[in-house]
Amino acid sequence: MINKISRRIYLALIAIFMYAPIITLIVLSFNKSKSRAKWGGFTLKWYAGLFENETIMAALRNTLLIATLSAVIATVIGTAACIAINAMKKKGRTIWMGVTNIPMLNAEIVTGISLMLIFIVLGIKFGFMTILIAHITFNIPYVILSVMPRMKTLNPSTFEAALDLGASHSYAFFKVVLPDIFPGVVSGFLMAFTMSIDDFVITHFTKGAGVDTLSTKIYSEVRKGIKPEMYALSAIIFVTILILLILVNKTPKKDVAK
Amino acid sequence: MLKNSKRLMLGLPYYFWSIAFVIIPLFMVVYYGVTNRAGSLTIDNITAIAVPEHFKALLLAVRLSVISTIICFLLAYPLAMILAKYGKGKSSVLVMLFILPMWMNFLLRTMAWQTLLENNGVINSALSFIGLPKLNIINTPGAIIFGMVYNFLPFMVLPLYNSLSKIDPNVINAARDLGANSVQTFIKVTLPLSVPGIMSGITMVFVPALTTFVISDLLGGAKVLLIGNVIDQEFSQTNNWHLGSGLSLILMFFIIISMIISAIFDKDGEGSVI
Repeated sequence: MINKISRRIYLALIAIFMYAPIITLIVLSFNKSKSRAKWGGFTLKWYAGLFENETIMAALRNTLLIATLSAVIATVIGTAACIAINAMKKKGRTIWMGVTNIPMLNAEIVTGISLMLIFIVLGIKFGFMTILIAHITFNIPYVILSVMPRMKTLNPSTFEAALDLGASHSYAFFKVVLPDIFPGVVSGFLMAFTMSIDDFVITHFTKGAGVDTLSTKIYSEVRKGIKPEMYALSAIIFVTILILLILVNKTPKKDVAK
Repeated sequence: MLKNSKRLMLGLPYYFWSIAFVIIPLFMVVYYGVTNRAGSLTIDNITAIAVPEHFKALLLAVRLSVISTIICFLLAYPLAMILAKYGKGKSSVLVMLFILPMWMNFLLRTMAWQTLLENNGVINSALSFIGLPKLNIINTPGAIIFGMVYNFLPFMVLPLYNSLSKIDPNVINAARDLGANSVQTFIKVTLPLSVPGIMSGITMVFVPALTTFVISDLLGGAKVLLIGNVIDQEFSQTNNWHLGSGLSLILMFFIIISMIISAIFDKDGEGSVI
């Protein structure tokens, strides 16, 4: 009994630790004063001004576009890679899973500068494309690591049965294999999307002048003072995701994908 | 299944991608690190770590990241045990605690700690309210440790949780049946079985903490330079890519060592983050 209570208290303390800055930011988004240090009264003007702020809106568009494209492309490349890696002999599999782990285990700053150097050497102009390539690069491992465990438990006979019954290869893949690995594909996609949205370091090294994501925009404002509209925007994003999450958990699940 | 060669072909985009954007770029860092602007071989960029200013930054980064890793471990272990006890069905708690906060920008969350830790901030007001002394840690290495623990705690909890939840409860019950008390069971059974998770957690926290430049930038008030800040300056301000790459090679040395250690203890990747 005491054990149960102390467990609850510990969880609550960690939750407070994780959420204290988030609550602070939401409070700041309603703060009339531009200073982070003092409370100047309640206002909604940062929310109203947000949609007229062209630079923030452009950064938001870039962030969402890069996150969507990089997550989709990484999911396709990563899932195909899982099929291939699964077909390899042990040695090849070890090598390619090792390669997959490099961006996961390497320091972000090293990944960032290594990509920056390769773009310089290849003469690719820094901008939207370089950020996109970089994000795909660090997103693929998240997809592979989520899909791989599902792929391993796949029963190869079902695919063969589909072929025997006259399905084409691609038809059998979409009707038989994909539904089995789908939960892994979805969680890989969501992981990739989240990582892309939250990334700063790698974007910092691979972006060009004039192209900003929300992260790099915020970083460039740190010295001048962050525009309160930024707090309003992140509060909106956070609350949207929170509501989505609650809705998803509320709807009864047919397939428990755990 | 499909003919093997056809299946292997499906990996072609991935093979191309990881060679072009993972492996060759790393060799570029090595190449820039061991050459100078004239293109001739040199070790000056690597030995530049001995310059007092750089060496100080490296030592401080090592010190802060070791301290943060220890604090993360001490906070995360009980948490992972609690979560593992709840079982797989409660993984939504994990999502709520660690994945959801990621949707608030990482820079903003770290900045928010500045507001909270300020000398007249919320935390100090609360502390003086209950009669405790004030914390004056803003713009000091203490604040950076705080930021590191906050940002990297999930990387410790997830591997620990994964390896703790794989422990067969029968093993624990057997130890208890054979007369071990809860402390003995923990030390002799639970702890040794979670070593893969511990090692991978330590790597996952130590590497980003050692190499960060953002947290020190935001919470150290630009007064505290870590090795990450030095490298970032070489790339974003001074444009001395050779020196920046040379210093990165020193970082890569640390990274490779911790990867090897974690690979030795975690052969099956069971302490992985996902």
